[in-house]
Amino acid sequence: MLGKLSWAAFPFDQPIPLVTSVLVVLTMLGVLGLVVAKGWAPYLWREWITSVDHKRIGVMYIVLSQVMLLRGFSDALLMRSQQALAFHSAGYLPPEHYDQIFSAHGTIMIFFVAMTSMVGLMNFAVPLQLGIRDVAFPTLNSVSFWLTASGVLLVNISLVVGEFARTGWLPYPPLSELRYSPGVGVDYWLWALQISGVGTLLAGINLVTTILKMRAPGMTYLRMPMFCWTSLASNLLIVAAFPILTATSAMLLLDRYLGFHFFTNEAGGNVMMFMNLIWAWGHPEVYILVLPAFGVFSEVISTFSGKPLFGYRSMVMATMAICVLAFMVWLHHFFTMGAGGDVNGFFGIMTMVIAVPTGVKIFNWMFTLYGGRIRYETPVLWSIAFMVTFVIGGMTGVLLAVPPADFVLHNSLFLVAHFHNVVIGGVLFGAFAGYAYWFPKAFGFRLHDGWGKAAFWFWLVGFYVAFMPLYWLGFMGMTRRMQHYEVAEWRPWLMVAAAGAVLILIGIVCQVVQLIVSIRRRDQMRDLTGDPWDGRSLEWATASPPPAFNFAVLPQVRGQETYWDIKSNAVRSGALESEPGYEAIEAPRNSPTGFVCAFFATVTGFALSWHIWWMVALGLLGAFATFVVFAWRDRVELEIPVERIAEVDRANRSARLAALPQYAGNAG
Amino acid sequence: MPGSSPSPGRRTPRVDWRRGGGFFAAAGSLLLMSCKTAVMDPRGPVGAAEKAILLDSLCVMLAIVVPAIVGMLSFAWWFRSGNTRAKYLPTFAYSGRIELLTWSIPVLVILFLGGMAWVGSHDLDPTRPLKSTARPLEVQVVSLDWKWLFLYPDLGVASVNRLVVPVGTPIHFSLTSSSVMNSFFVPQLGSMIYTMNGMSNQLYLQADSSGVYAGRSAHFSGDGFSDMRFDVLAVAGGQFDGWIAAARSQGPVLDDVGYQRLARQSSNVAPFTYRAMSPGLYRRIVAQQLAPGAGPAGQPDSSVHPKQKA
Repeated sequence: MLGKLSWAAFPFDQPIPLVTSVLVVLTMLGVLGLVVAKGWAPYLWREWITSVDHKRIGVMYIVLSQVMLLRGFSDALLMRSQQALAFHSAGYLPPEHYDQIFSAHGTIMIFFVAMTSMVGLMNFAVPLQLGIRDVAFPTLNSVSFWLTASGVLLVNISLVVGEFARTGWLPYPPLSELRYSPGVGVDYWLWALQISGVGTLLAGINLVTTILKMRAPGMTYLRMPMFCWTSLASNLLIVAAFPILTATSAMLLLDRYLGFHFFTNEAGGNVMMFMNLIWAWGHPEVYILVLPAFGVFSEVISTFSGKPLFGYRSMVMATMAICVLAFMVWLHHFFTMGAGGDVNGFFGIMTMVIAVPTGVKIFNWMFTLYGGRIRYETPVLWSIAFMVTFVIGGMTGVLLAVPPADFVLHNSLFLVAHFHNVVIGGVLFGAFAGYAYWFPKAFGFRLHDGWGKAAFWFWLVGFYVAFMPLYWLGFMGMTRRMQHYEVAEWRPWLMVAAAGAVLILIGIVCQVVQLIVSIRRRDQMRDLTGDPWDGRSLEWATASPPPAFNFAVLPQVRGQETYWDIKSNAVRSGALESEPGYEAIEAPRNSPTGFVCAFFATVTGFALSWHIWWMVALGLLGAFATFVVFAWRDRVELEIPVERIAEVDRANRSARLAALPQYAGNAG
Repeated sequence: MPGSSPSPGRRTPRVDWRRGGGFFAAAGSLLLMSCKTAVMDPRGPVGAAEKAILLDSLCVMLAIVVPAIVGMLSFAWWFRSGNTRAKYLPTFAYSGRIELLTWSIPVLVILFLGGMAWVGSHDLDPTRPLKSTARPLEVQVVSLDWKWLFLYPDLGVASVNRLVVPVGTPIHFSLTSSSVMNSFFVPQLGSMIYTMNGMSNQLYLQADSSGVYAGRSAHFSGDGFSDMRFDVLAVAGGQFDGWIAAARSQGPVLDDVGYQRLARQSSNVAPFTYRAMSPGLYRRIVAQQLAPGAGPAGQPDSSVHPKQKA
């Protein structure tokens, strides 16, 4: 009846997982209870859960990523404390638990923190920057988000029911095959990633279509803001790479469920095929994450320097070069597999070639700062910290790309330090910069500056204290994923790293406090103009928060920095352009399709993990029925009346007119 | 970068930490505490060559990375909005000369490093025999759940979790796995390489001075992974012969049944030797004539929850 599921799946006799599970369940029930008691449920359903507005969906992605950051970071604290303790002893986490923790940490941080924060920022900002009203497929966008949330839910259910994978963040066979991992952990991983992977692929298709087909009138490719370019490159990579992940996971699923032999030891299976396939997705994935962050830094550095981005065309070329080269380097993840000098040499060189466009970007950001008038708001602090940190991470990356150096550093803590250096220093700092930069656009008030800067400094110092010792431990021969060790010389460095994790914890606490303080004092930090940073691109041309239709009239694009030109003209003439002729706007209706679809996807994923076949059938049937109901809908769009549009736009115009003098100093 | 300076190990020139003042004294004492720096303290030709390439590439990159970091920090500081002496160039967004520079500097560095990578990956290809007058010693390595088996096919003995090699003689390793993937790694000797079931990899290493070098698996292989370590005893030729003679005189015989018993999951196994082994054992493991390790099969309900494993 319930497949493999029984009471044994609940951790009644293990104190640590039991307490964690109970706490998680209680917190979720508490939040639900609060929502019901306060009567927020109808509002949440109407305005958020069923919303197909790209801005709302973007915000929900960011919320998801920040909640998952807390989960992934608590895993990190467990690992750091375990390694600080486990010298000549078993520590406090047994291997079967510790192995789940590092697997969950990697999976969550890459797929549900880095990925969701970048997709969230792209969803929020790209249509605004392109001067359009929504993405190409609004309802599909909602489906994408909720399928990602479904994957998140499955991974977190595994905390309470059963186990998570004990095979690392990428389940290398044959360890992940049924023979060596008979538990449900790998199945949870596979189904969570299959479901959220479909969501990511759909999001990629959506944004590629949007950028290629739906720009504001006059916005040629070479007039797009840099963030749109890097988003285009990133989403092209998603469309090209995610099917590989889906196919590879599907093959492993066939091995595990139907006795196939793609990657088994026996019957001609080949583990090397898995490694090649997974990294053919995995390396582009790195650039899927970091390219949008590059875009954020480009916007932030240019805005706060009060200058256009230096070398725009070079930046476009560098971005697209990275997009293509990303697919030609995957083998550097396994130089130590024994491929031979020619193959290793080729992929080593290709990897280094990627450092060229990346280096160009770094120099161009430097020269954007040159001659600027840099205002040190929080987003620019993250950006400068990124430039320094990422150069160091890039350098250690090129070092690992030299095959003979990799032969002694691969799978060591040097490697762990390297990828945290680029993912934290690149992607996460980018996410934080983008969060601080676009928060006032999304909500109409700024984040508290003091708490934001405190968070920045704790994060920055914490990062260096936590990860520089790991480079050194790599030189000392310490490999990754060790539950305990017996080398006394490693221990002091692991203690330092644990102290660094505590500093990062303080940084995260500052971020939580910042959000709470900012919401409580929102009236003091309100921005009525829609342009709090003296911005240059089109998202600053509309009100904050933008109305559902984004722009009352689609902007006419005449150059690379249209909004900057409009603003400069207004400052020079002391008046806004004359009021446009408003027309009614057709907007997509809200739809629960995404939410319902993801509900059934979660049911299906859970049932498949536990071999509950009737529930699988139920879930698939439900998902199909949802699709049918959506496809046969009668009313597709609703009309926003012209009076409403005029009212919103006039309010914003008068606020902008009043604020004109404060921009006078900066208009070039 | 903590790793950029060679540590004051026994074989590297000592650094006078006192001259650098308080900070360097503190840093130095930390480094002294951790004089066992493995990769930076190689004891064989492969490890030494890899350390040299590593440090050379690092220096080449530091030559460009350090000025870049200084440049970005000084630009960021000088052009702060409060600095009235800084010139504001609100439209400065293109310069052909600077663009030429920003593309050519990384290209030149990468050309140079790329050459090093190409030559290095051929010179230090694991399958490439080492230059030596001595005939290489054949050692076959099998990674098991969770221990290491070392076979000496020409000498007819085998050893678990301890590898004994003669100093100054190249060792030709053939490596495979009985079950899941692992990676054979002795940091002080050099290159690591994966072990995979049904496949045989090759690696040449050599120890130039006698000593005990820590070896371990560098690729996660399951719950017993942390205990997948072994000692490499590099001993003088005479002592090696003595060890072989001693190994031949005691311990069990490694036949197919014995191998399959050994292949069962266990960890923290104390080193021991086999006095003899059935011929062609390694070949039959690679050819999968001996079935791959069974994994956790046979343990109660391990398919449901890990807690039942105990």
